[in-house]
Amino acid sequence: MPRLSTSPVRNEVIIINSRTREIIAKTFIWAAAIFVLVILAFIIIYILVKGLPIISWRFLTEPPSNMGRSGGVSSTIVGTLLITLVAILIAAPFGIGTAFYLAEYTRENTVTRVIRFSAESLAGIPSIVYGLFGFIFFVIYLKMGWSILSGGLTLAFMILPTIIRTSEESIRAVPEIFREVSFSLSATKWQTIYKVVFPAALAGIVNGIILSVGRCIAETAAVVLTAGSALRIPSSLFSPTRSMAVHFYILAREGISMENAYGTAALLIILIFLINVVANTLLNSFMEKGR
Amino acid sequence: MAELSKNVKISTQSVNLYYGSYHALKDITFDIYDRAITAIIGPSGCGKSTLLRIFNRMNDLIPHVRIEGEILLDNLAIYGNNLEASPLRKKVGMVFQRPNVFPMSIFDNIVIGPKHHGIKDKHALAGIVEHSLNQVALWDEVKDNLKKPGLSLTPGQQQRLCIARALAVEPEVILMDESCSALDPGSTMKIEDLMLELAQKYAIIIVTHNMEQALRVSDMAAFIMIGEDKVGTLVEYAPTTKMFSYPQDQRTEDYITGRFG
Repeated sequence: MPRLSTSPVRNEVIIINSRTREIIAKTFIWAAAIFVLVILAFIIIYILVKGLPIISWRFLTEPPSNMGRSGGVSSTIVGTLLITLVAILIAAPFGIGTAFYLAEYTRENTVTRVIRFSAESLAGIPSIVYGLFGFIFFVIYLKMGWSILSGGLTLAFMILPTIIRTSEESIRAVPEIFREVSFSLSATKWQTIYKVVFPAALAGIVNGIILSVGRCIAETAAVVLTAGSALRIPSSLFSPTRSMAVHFYILAREGISMENAYGTAALLIILIFLINVVANTLLNSFMEKGR
Repeated sequence: MAELSKNVKISTQSVNLYYGSYHALKDITFDIYDRAITAIIGPSGCGKSTLLRIFNRMNDLIPHVRIEGEILLDNLAIYGNNLEASPLRKKVGMVFQRPNVFPMSIFDNIVIGPKHHGIKDKHALAGIVEHSLNQVALWDEVKDNLKKPGLSLTPGQQQRLCIARALAVEPEVILMDESCSALDPGSTMKIEDLMLELAQKYAIIIVTHNMEQALRVSDMAAFIMIGEDKVGTLVEYAPTTKMFSYPQDQRTEDYITGRFG
């Protein structure tokens, strides 16, 4: 029977083909992942190798002296954290509030479309444009000068779209049945949102905030235009300051001290890493408690 | 099944329900008795759940729903211009199809309703938790693990936790929307025993696909199906044993003998 004798051969050919394809696909996917990993690791290790030897207790606790050629970076750490704090404290309540409005309090209509379109447009604007806006509006028009407040407000506008989008997505991801159950237990709308939807969406909301903290800490262009580049330790929210990102930009750009630039960069990486770890740990312990 | 008390708990008079222009339920009129189990039966898609959700105004959450007619709970209208849904839902609790425990501890799952009503005292809340869990025969199984996640329980235990959560609000009526359909036979039996137990104190309305279940637990049965005009309608309402032995309507007989549905 010719049919029987050919069919196993044909099957074999097909098996080899699909298996080869499988192997090729797998190899490519692995290669892509490893490539990305290697590049990331290279950048981080390079900066840490160059920067870690510079970091010492004095580097952390002393303000820069001689334009940053010597001394430490303490005032820039303070400046970075304060600007970020102001930005988050302003953007988070408005962003999360807007997200709840979009997800829970309204159906799709012109208003929601306008809000969403504005938020998306805001998200696409380069940060230097925010910097220019902040400079013209907060620094000059509102006479806030180069200050932590001007910088924080500018960054708040910049991160608002991220917070709105990530919060709205995590609110929408809360199963509808949870809301129904809450209503059936005679909860009002607000009680449902506060007691059921918010806790269930919290992980996603916090993730959006962490993402925004990272962006604030790393932001350079918008900050140099609105908070200035003063090296003194700030005394109030109206003091000008220099963030770490601005500091190492200036150190490197103006060839003041490459060593201190690497030290600052390494510190920045460590800081962002620490904030991620701390936020995740806090979130996990909260979830454990709630669960 | 005990003798029916003839106390009417909920009275439904000429109720029509529309989703926008779609007429879903037509001219439903029947009385639901206190301290009894009423089963709403009928083929899929005939509006059983929609009817059930009229009693705690759950349909309010769906846009464009319009309800005509009168529904009285203890002779008071539950729909009206100035009436809010949440006080009604304190009296009319609901258990859903699947166990839908909140991602929080067993304790927190139960106190969420009482807390909405302003009970903050720790001892009072602990008392409510113990009492509610006792009512669903879950207390002995979980009393040492009240802080454990509700989701760590078995599906059957989770559904009993959901019933306890509904009882913690101290309702007078309990709606159960196919509350056993996602459970194994052993857990189903436990919930059915529980229904019979609870029927000593509450008016219970269940929606079920399971004819045997309706026969096992319910005192009264309401048979609903889509009529020739494509609108859900109440075909027959009678004591369950009577409906299952002497159905008055040919369609009821066809349905309960398994000829369709």
